Amino acid sequence: MSVSGHTIVGLRGVSKTFERGTVALDSLNLAVCDGEFVSLLGPSGCGKSTALRIIAGLSSPSKGTVEWPNGAGEIGFVFQEPTLMPWANVAANVQLPLKLASGEKEASRKAVMQSLDRVGLTDFADAYPRELSGGMRMRTSIARALVTEPQLLLMDEPFAALDEITRFKLNNDLLAVWHALRRTVIFVTHSVFESVYLSQRIVVMTPRPGRVFTDIVIDAPYPRDERFRTSAEYAGFCRQVAEALGKAVAAGEAL
Amino acid sequence: MTDRALRIALPAAVLAVAVLIWHLIVQVFAIPPYVLPGPGLVASTLVADGSLLWNSLLVTLLTTFEGFLLAAVGGIALAILFNQSRLIEYSFYPYAVILQVTPIVAVAPLLLIYLPQPLAVLVCAWIVAFFPVLANTTLGLSSVDHNLLALFDLYKASRWQVLWNLKLPSALPQMLGGLRIAGGLALIGAVVAEIAAGSAGAGSGLAYRIAESGYRLNIPRMFAALILLSLAGVAIFFALSAISHLALRRWHESAIDRER
Repeated sequence: MSVSGHTIVGLRGVSKTFERGTVALDSLNLAVCDGEFVSLLGPSGCGKSTALRIIAGLSSPSKGTVEWPNGAGEIGFVFQEPTLMPWANVAANVQLPLKLASGEKEASRKAVMQSLDRVGLTDFADAYPRELSGGMRMRTSIARALVTEPQLLLMDEPFAALDEITRFKLNNDLLAVWHALRRTVIFVTHSVFESVYLSQRIVVMTPRPGRVFTDIVIDAPYPRDERFRTSAEYAGFCRQVAEALGKAVAAGEAL
Repeated sequence: MTDRALRIALPAAVLAVAVLIWHLIVQVFAIPPYVLPGPGLVASTLVADGSLLWNSLLVTLLTTFEGFLLAAVGGIALAILFNQSRLIEYSFYPYAVILQVTPIVAVAPLLLIYLPQPLAVLVCAWIVAFFPVLANTTLGLSSVDHNLLALFDLYKASRWQVLWNLKLPSALPQMLGGLRIAGGLALIGAVVAEIAAGSAGAGSGLAYRIAESGYRLNIPRMFAALILLSLAGVAIFFALSAISHLALRRWHESAIDRER
């Protein structure tokens, strides 16, 4: 899949200093193209989550600007934890964004079922979060983020707490959803393997303060599957990215 | 025996043994009923004075119920107000605490001077019951998952939507915990005020009957009334626990039976 070219969101010289004086981001520049799958990769403390929250408008930059060339559209956000409402069943959780926008009821029910279908949870619409496994809770969270059909999907280490089997499965499902919907995804992770498997482009960041260290294009065709995961090509990309990450960490420590 | 059966059988056995010992002590030492009536006499008094005590119980329960309702509404409303405005919370929270820590026994006589007796009793029940509702609901409203708050923020939810769809349901377990405490306390508040009022000679609540029986050395009736009060307290507790369980059983950890 090719990137259509025009920028959907850009960060220009974005810095973030927290009240206690911690510099989370230092003049970060980043442009994400429409339809692109980009990963922000870095060790903990490199400000990648902060960058994501700034893009989402949940946090404001201390310096610099967030630019939306075509205007800010709908955003979907998936947190590290599933962040579901325990008192509401799966359908009600997924419906939340539509409910808050006070959309039409019948249309919203349809959108909810469609979104649940995308993540394979149609049979669990009436289940409560506590009755679900960790992987299914995360699927619910993704279905909720997708229900508004957002232009931009922001994901903050969504699979970090899952076991490897579940994570691989969700990686594949995420790629399938991305392929079907052709939306932009910004994916934060600290896993080299996950970022290479999923992304078209990986932005490697240095820790303390968070800066862009390098930008690596993963020029492997989609759809990617288990064969790709075990290919020499994949291993080569992983080595390249891991080396870059190692240098980024070292650069962060030298400063 | 199953766990459930044991939970009923064991306390029942303890009760039976205690009543038996009570009976034997009264018999063996030939204690006169105006010092300590035996359980048999208390039971027959309960039956003989049944309608009198029952009517008094209803009076006390009505006050308790009204006090509890006002405490629930007032406590929850004030907690919401505190949650919406920090300035209001800073201004009034200390006085809510003062209201709570000042012993109600000391406040009741003063209220009886300024207010008509039934209203004074009601206010006492309210004062005692309202603080746990306020404190627990405040805690619940402020311990909302911050990521869920961020999510509501992301979808540009209004203040009202955040309150109604997120904060209140998320505070429900703590709120119900507060209400459960408040139910028992409302009864205590009503009883304290009735006792205080009893010395002034008016009133017909159960606590007034206890005070009155005390002056007349009608000890069996004191015991009978006391037993009714305890039973009322237990009934209130179980009713509120049942409501809490029904509201939370689908989703909250406290209400879920786990297989081990």
